[in-house]
Amino acid sequence: MKLHLWRRYRFSASHRLHSAQLGEEENRRVYGKCNNPFGHGHNYVVEAAFSGPVDEATGMIANPSELDAFVDREVIEPFDHKYLNEEVAEFQENVPTAENICIEIFHRLRHFPRARLERVRVEETGLNSFEYAGESPGETHER
Amino acid sequence: MVYLTRKIEFSASHLYHNPALSAEENRRVFGKCNNPHGHGHNYVLEVTVAGEPDPATGMVLDLKELKEILQREVSDRMDHRFLNYEVPELAGQIPTCENIASVIWRLLEPKIPRGHLHQVRLYETPDLFVDCYGEANGARADARVAR
Repeated sequence: MKLHLWRRYRFSASHRLHSAQLGEEENRRVYGKCNNPFGHGHNYVVEAAFSGPVDEATGMIANPSELDAFVDREVIEPFDHKYLNEEVAEFQENVPTAENICIEIFHRLRHFPRARLERVRVEETGLNSFEYAGESPGETHER
Repeated sequence: MVYLTRKIEFSASHLYHNPALSAEENRRVFGKCNNPHGHGHNYVLEVTVAGEPDPATGMVLDLKELKEILQREVSDRMDHRFLNYEVPELAGQIPTCENIASVIWRLLEPKIPRGHLHQVRLYETPDLFVDCYGEANGARADARVAR
């Protein structure tokens, strides 16, 4: 039976969309309000899907309490109530768009030792969402 | 190919307990879910059928028919039931979201009269849910990719 176990998490964080590769005026034109130098914030929702054999002893692909501890450590603690541009090393170089946040979360969660990460979905607001499933079929196998 | 999804809700109780493990081990592995009195959820089930619309009716599958199948196969069996004791298909299994979704897949898959069952998504809570794609369907999807 092919199964994906999904778990939903939340964090709140601020960011500013500003690219070092663009001039001031170009940044304002491209990012609009999101380029405000003081930053702004969102309530992010993260959903992650994992696959793997269902353990006969537990009936589970992964124990939610183990998964939650891993996701808390890898994503929620480092991202929640933070200014992503300054406080998460990866976003000092990459613009913390929801696309890049989604990819970064995927890279962090694919190391979960108990199951294989299939997909990450990020809602920046209730009106937009982003999904990333890795670049190559082998990407999620890396542990 | 069109994908048609119908949603239903049912409420049921369950508990997680593996008789092969000690009482202490059960508490450690399953935590609050090991409460011997059980506890309950409002489950939300989304069933997706894939197929080509019938040229005469414009439908992949009559939604009324699908509604009746879901009522008969899922709601009548599981709604307001204690899943461990009252659903024979789950006997001997721990009624996790993974196992319930698999049982629902096996119940529905042979009953879909037009198109084919593509996905069963079962929410135990808004924060924990499982997608099931069956076994044959996976092979079909792979075959599509191979072509």
